[in-house]
Amino acid sequence: MLEVRNLHKVYDGHGRRVTAVGDLTFTVPEGQFACVVGPSGCGKTTLLRVLAGLLPATSGEVSVRGTPVTAPPKDLAVVFQEYGRSLFPWLRVRANVELPLKAAGMGRAERRKLADEALAAVGLSDVDNAYPWQLSGGMQQRVAIARAIAYQPKVLLMDEPFAAVDAQTRADLEDLIRAVWQRLGVTLLFVTHDIDEAVYLGQRVIVLSASPTTVAEDLAIDLPATRDQLTTRSDARFTELRGQVYARIQKVKAPASEGAPA
Amino acid sequence: MRFLLRALLAVGLPVVLVAAWWFGSAGSQDFYWPSLSTIVDAFGRTWTGAMFTEQVFPSLWRLLVGYLLAVVVGVALGVLIGTFRSVRSLLEPVLEFLRAFPPPVLVPAAILLSGIGDRTKILVIVFGCVWPVLLNTIEGVRGRDEVLSDTCRTYRVTGLLRLRHLVLRAASPQIVTGARQALPLAIILMVISEMMAANEGLGFTVLQFQRGFQIPEMWSGVLLLGVIGIVLSLLFRVAERSLLGWYHGQRAGQREW
Repeated sequence: MLEVRNLHKVYDGHGRRVTAVGDLTFTVPEGQFACVVGPSGCGKTTLLRVLAGLLPATSGEVSVRGTPVTAPPKDLAVVFQEYGRSLFPWLRVRANVELPLKAAGMGRAERRKLADEALAAVGLSDVDNAYPWQLSGGMQQRVAIARAIAYQPKVLLMDEPFAAVDAQTRADLEDLIRAVWQRLGVTLLFVTHDIDEAVYLGQRVIVLSASPTTVAEDLAIDLPATRDQLTTRSDARFTELRGQVYARIQKVKAPASEGAPA
Repeated sequence: MRFLLRALLAVGLPVVLVAAWWFGSAGSQDFYWPSLSTIVDAFGRTWTGAMFTEQVFPSLWRLLVGYLLAVVVGVALGVLIGTFRSVRSLLEPVLEFLRAFPPPVLVPAAILLSGIGDRTKILVIVFGCVWPVLLNTIEGVRGRDEVLSDTCRTYRVTGLLRLRHLVLRAASPQIVTGARQALPLAIILMVISEMMAANEGLGFTVLQFQRGFQIPEMWSGVLLLGVIGIVLSLLFRVAERSLLGWYHGQRAGQREW
């Protein structure tokens, strides 16, 4: 379970104060797949970094599975947007996946088994001996996902993980992440700027307002649990939900100053 | 075919220069500029057998020990300084001061303190070679990619594992650059320290030949030093290739995109 209560974050530097997150409150229950969307610069990444324990909050409270976050929590994994920079270029794919397990003090045989399973789950069993930079962008992000899977987290945070891959790969990765979530039963918070992606993936979409950030809309996605790129995306309900989120974002993008063309 | 062409280009100029020297100096009567064939002759006579074990080997040994010590000290200090801001503020003024010394200046003082044995020479080599390693390591440690650091934090990769797999590896391209700059310095300081204070060693022997008017022998010593320099830099390149394979591979890949 993820709890964010009155989260407020101000960046203070060089005599300039920038409010990244105004006042944010929401709860993601155990095992839910929640997507966070919002206009660019609304503090999505800041929220995720605070949740991951990489950044202290200015005020307010953030807790993961009942424990207030002061440092990176146990049982929490992050998949970063910059796959090319989050994999160790000097380690082969398998070693990349195994490193966190090694740090956890796990034995060699068990590490190997978990890494094998995770790499198989993302369809990369045959490249375990390659270096990350020998793979395509989509494959690199798969390695990062495999690393998160092998870590066996209870909570998985993803920060616009598919923003830098091509459309076809992106669709494949979306289905992959749905499958992973269903299999592992993790609590998943997925940050994206893509409305379609948010509606397609999540059980719930949290729309953030422009800075100073608050929750503008909290929408349950009542699409069937089995989703498919073709049928789900052409579903009337999908279009309707998508339209709702889109309208909401357009509204928060232009706060107060009305009179925008219809 | 392309490999052959590249090999030809690489050795072409050296071959031409050596040939020019060989034929240009052939039959030279100048006492101070003997012909290359005389020098090569002297080379064979001078640097084999006992001369090698008694004069060359100790020099190489001191060079190796001094150089490796400098790399170890430079990397260790560099990691500390690059990691902790407080250590940096504490040490920076002192290091700037020490760095300003030309290392040969220390030789007379070092002789007074620890004699003309191996210790003095190794100390001088370490003192001169540590700087490029140290400064490059600091740069490498500080310039590390933040996403990788964040990755280590979220996956709780800490302590020695972090040092080995993140800090040192991320800084390794810069560390290697520093170590490459330090290598010729080590040879220079080895020779200088032996010329100023020794009763054996390559630098000492070359100086002895010059003072004894054994000119072809002196030139052959100079030649030997050049050969040592080339061999060491080739060895260095082999080590670099295995250490930084990932780095060169990654960069080659980026250029292709």
